[in-house]
Amino acid sequence: MIGPQDLGGRSGFGPVRAEPDEPIFHSDWEARVLGLTLCAGALGHWSLDESRHARECLDPGFYLRANYYDIWLTALEGLLERHGEVSARERALGQALQAGKAQAQRLQAEAVAGVLARGGPVDRPPPAPPRFDIGTRVVMARFHGSGHTRLPSYAMGREGIIEAVRGCHVLPDKNAHGEGEGPAWLYSVVFTGEALWGARAETGTEVSLDAFEPYLTRA
Amino acid sequence: MHDHAHDNEMSSQEARVRALETILVEKGLVEPAAIDAIIETYAEKVGPQNGARVVARAWLDESFAQALREDATEAIASLGFHGRQAEHMVALWNGAGTHNLVVCTLCSCYPWAVLGLPPVWYKSPPYRARAVSEPRAVLRDFGVALPEDTRIRVWDSTAEIRYLVIPERPAGTDGLDEDALAALVTRESMIGTGLALPPGESP
Repeated sequence: MIGPQDLGGRSGFGPVRAEPDEPIFHSDWEARVLGLTLCAGALGHWSLDESRHARECLDPGFYLRANYYDIWLTALEGLLERHGEVSARERALGQALQAGKAQAQRLQAEAVAGVLARGGPVDRPPPAPPRFDIGTRVVMARFHGSGHTRLPSYAMGREGIIEAVRGCHVLPDKNAHGEGEGPAWLYSVVFTGEALWGARAETGTEVSLDAFEPYLTRA
Repeated sequence: MHDHAHDNEMSSQEARVRALETILVEKGLVEPAAIDAIIETYAEKVGPQNGARVVARAWLDESFAQALREDATEAIASLGFHGRQAEHMVALWNGAGTHNLVVCTLCSCYPWAVLGLPPVWYKSPPYRARAVSEPRAVLRDFGVALPEDTRIRVWDSTAEIRYLVIPERPAGTDGLDEDALAALVTRESMIGTGLALPPGESP
């Protein structure tokens, strides 16, 4: 979906303002949101892709102005409600009205280090050989609608060149919607600045992005 | 961090987070000590010092640099840095007239195991919007002026590949050991919004 998350190439946001000596967290609640998000993810109700989709489906005005941890928090509230773990009524009351469903999956403190150190690799055995070789000229698809995709709109319909084959990975477009992992070949595709931005592109600039095979057709 | 003494001074986010944690703990779904352990990991153990170690090693040890080119995930893991948000790593080498810059235009993808949690600017609209379309102007926002004939290659982290920029080794650093070199490697230099520091400056 071309939602508020799809920011590449947009204008009007002003300069990048880096905060000198920025703290890791600006308040305790941000740190708790990080921990809660990871603990709740460990319950196994949703994938990383579904959580990204929950964030990009938030109200666009909110998304563009919010503290990023508030984006995470608001999406987390929605995910827990959708999966039947915490209702809006429970949130309003600030207390549980029924027991949790996925108690058996609760992340234990002793397990945290191992879980973080393992991460969640998304490479999968390929169902078929890759269709494109390095050097192939490809055109990016155009996806509209409400589904999750990792194809940014600035590259839709643009022509680029395959510069690397990154392996066969879980396809977010399916996995975000509970339609299975649908592993697909992942490629790095490079675009000239001119191909993406036209005559006003900065000189000598190129953009690479990682594109799944279903995003691509031969030019 | 701020500690508010009274509940009526809580921000709405603080109140919502507190409520959500309370409910999840009551339901047996979350262990507060697990939250503490996650926070401690990213506040104290995992941060850009990890990536700086990778860069310094790559500058000093050609066989490590070669391993990093061939399989960055393995090479980085060999230094003890692996896991969440670094499952599939690629190293990008600055030099030979090319400067690399990493962004995630679609969310906040960032190589946690080597750089820790991303700074606010990395997750915010100005950087995510402009890094792809006007990277030279973004670099100027960071006070970085590159020669006009230096090519800029932007990497948009649209999938699960995570990128680590290997900045150019500064002049005048012959003879420095790994610790001294690592101290010159800033977080920004590993994202591409900065350069490694000249010797004598510390981050």
